[in-house]
Amino acid sequence: MADEAGRRQANCPACGAPVQFRWSSAAQTVCSFCRSVLVRGDLELKHVGQVADLPPDPSPICLLTEGSWRGKRFQVTGRIIYQWAGGGWNEWHIVFSDGTSGWLSDAQLQYAVSFLADPGVALPPSSEALRGRRFVFHQVQYEVATVTVASYKGVEGELPFPFFGKSEMYFADLRTPGPQFGTLDYSDPQPLLFLGEWVQFEDLQLKNLRQFEGWA
Amino acid sequence: MGSPLITPPVVRAQALSCPNCGGPLERRGFGHTLTIVCPQCLSVLDASAPQLQILQQVDKAQGRRTPMIPLGSRGNFRGATWQAIGFQTRAVEEDEWEEYLLFNPYKGFRYLTHYAGHWNFVTPTEALPAQQAQARVAYGGRRYRHFSTAEAVTTFVLGEFPWRAQGGDKVLSHDFVDPPCILSAEATPNEITWSQGEYVPGAEIWQAFGLPNRPPVPRGVYLNQPSPYKGNVGGMWMNFALMLLILIGLALFFATFSRHEVVLREAHHFSSLDPGEPSYVTKTFDLEGRPATLEVDLDTNLDQDWAYFNFALINDRTGEAYDFGREVSYYHDSDGSEGSPRASVLIPAVAPGTYYLRVEPEMDAGRHSMSYDLTLRHDVPSYAWFWIAAALLILPPIGYTMRSASFERQRWMESDHPPLRRGGD
Repeated sequence: MADEAGRRQANCPACGAPVQFRWSSAAQTVCSFCRSVLVRGDLELKHVGQVADLPPDPSPICLLTEGSWRGKRFQVTGRIIYQWAGGGWNEWHIVFSDGTSGWLSDAQLQYAVSFLADPGVALPPSSEALRGRRFVFHQVQYEVATVTVASYKGVEGELPFPFFGKSEMYFADLRTPGPQFGTLDYSDPQPLLFLGEWVQFEDLQLKNLRQFEGWA
Repeated sequence: MGSPLITPPVVRAQALSCPNCGGPLERRGFGHTLTIVCPQCLSVLDASAPQLQILQQVDKAQGRRTPMIPLGSRGNFRGATWQAIGFQTRAVEEDEWEEYLLFNPYKGFRYLTHYAGHWNFVTPTEALPAQQAQARVAYGGRRYRHFSTAEAVTTFVLGEFPWRAQGGDKVLSHDFVDPPCILSAEATPNEITWSQGEYVPGAEIWQAFGLPNRPPVPRGVYLNQPSPYKGNVGGMWMNFALMLLILIGLALFFATFSRHEVVLREAHHFSSLDPGEPSYVTKTFDLEGRPATLEVDLDTNLDQDWAYFNFALINDRTGEAYDFGREVSYYHDSDGSEGSPRASVLIPAVAPGTYYLRVEPEMDAGRHSMSYDLTLRHDVPSYAWFWIAAALLILPPIGYTMRSASFERQRWMESDHPPLRRGGD
């Protein structure tokens, strides 16, 4: 028990403030006092950098927002903010009540829930992930709708992997005629596949949302 | 949890001023807004950086448009509150339409489009609709038919947009329809965005946004305007079929229960050479029961000849007479025949009583003669009412079908696939 508590609670190596992990598998968090990015090592928290103040953000979602997807409750524990030529978007890291985690993305208030997926096949290199190309993953055919070059704009809270200071990242957006979608993430040498579905705001039954001036 | 101070502040609307004219600007779309067009001087401003940059200066003299839904107004529409924050007009050649950008900080963006009194509520779609054969596209359980593809040019912008908007923007717009829905794809060299719209009566928008006066009266047929006829055509034909069955039932009933009684049968001979008065009267006969039809049947041996019969049905008691006549002619050659040696006359609704018939045959002077049987049948079923009723009943479904076809014709005349014109033009 004490061991568990010890793993979940630590002090920021930069400012000494208490740092608490909401999710036992978190690999990284950001100190909410001094904005130090802290990566969890075997024994201690390592200070890998500092994030600037987060840009003013119009997402109604924030850390601690709770919701539900396919009947499973989740809580937002962290996020990555991306920016591309057409604006920005958020990838909110969500942790479900059963300990699994995924992503709730909010791109100009279009919402989607996705998970890191085992593609079952070798993923195409970025040179092949071009607009209009089609790929099949788990019997579903996806089409590359857009290729986005994004940069990192900020990070907040707990993440399942260390993520800091990446500059240029390639994403191929995979679409289907239905709600399923996917993302081919080329930000690491080894590409990653995320699969999920588009969701309606009201279906997420979100609580602890941000307030907007003039909107009750 | 002892977790400190993460509750983020309330997101505030920003008050700004135009770097060109200094006039006040509102940023109702919060951080989503990438472009603001100053309502005073119409300068297009880049709102992505903290310092507003002038992107485009617009000649104010050049056709300023006034949105019918004032920017900033809110309406409860389709289950959510929407605020109008942006307005643009776009055109394909001479045809210009309006687009209102609606915003809700939780639910995102929607559009209202307006052309000639026709409105659509449009939702951006994330999915890629599946292209099918014959220029059809499947999405959300509907099959859409290609309507038109054309380059749309932005002709006027006002307010806020979550993308970089300015006058002169061009997209290739593809429209697919399945009334009351429309599916549109807008392609730039870099991406294709899809959206789905639903036809909305202007009155619904006027009520939602509390707009003064009345919505403009729709002109013409809009590409995804639901046909006021289409849904009814099938029903009207079903009704017709039902009424026809009832009519047939009635006709069968009368056929079965009519008496069809022979009240008189006489054989006569006529010759134009006979001297004296050609007219004669028959024996009297009784018509009993309810007023009913009386059928006069003539069966002649006319061959390459004609005759005319003048009749008078006379009530034996009152002397009241009902005059009528009938021509019988029968000619034939190797090419075919004309007329018939038989004829009949149906007198509707003859009151019961005792009657006789005065008959006066006529033929051409000379050596013309004939023999004929005269048969009178009482209470013969008449089918005239049946045909009149059937004809009256078939008019509404035919009219509806024609109007429905004409509506669809009008719709598709505006498309890239106009229906073929009938006739020679």
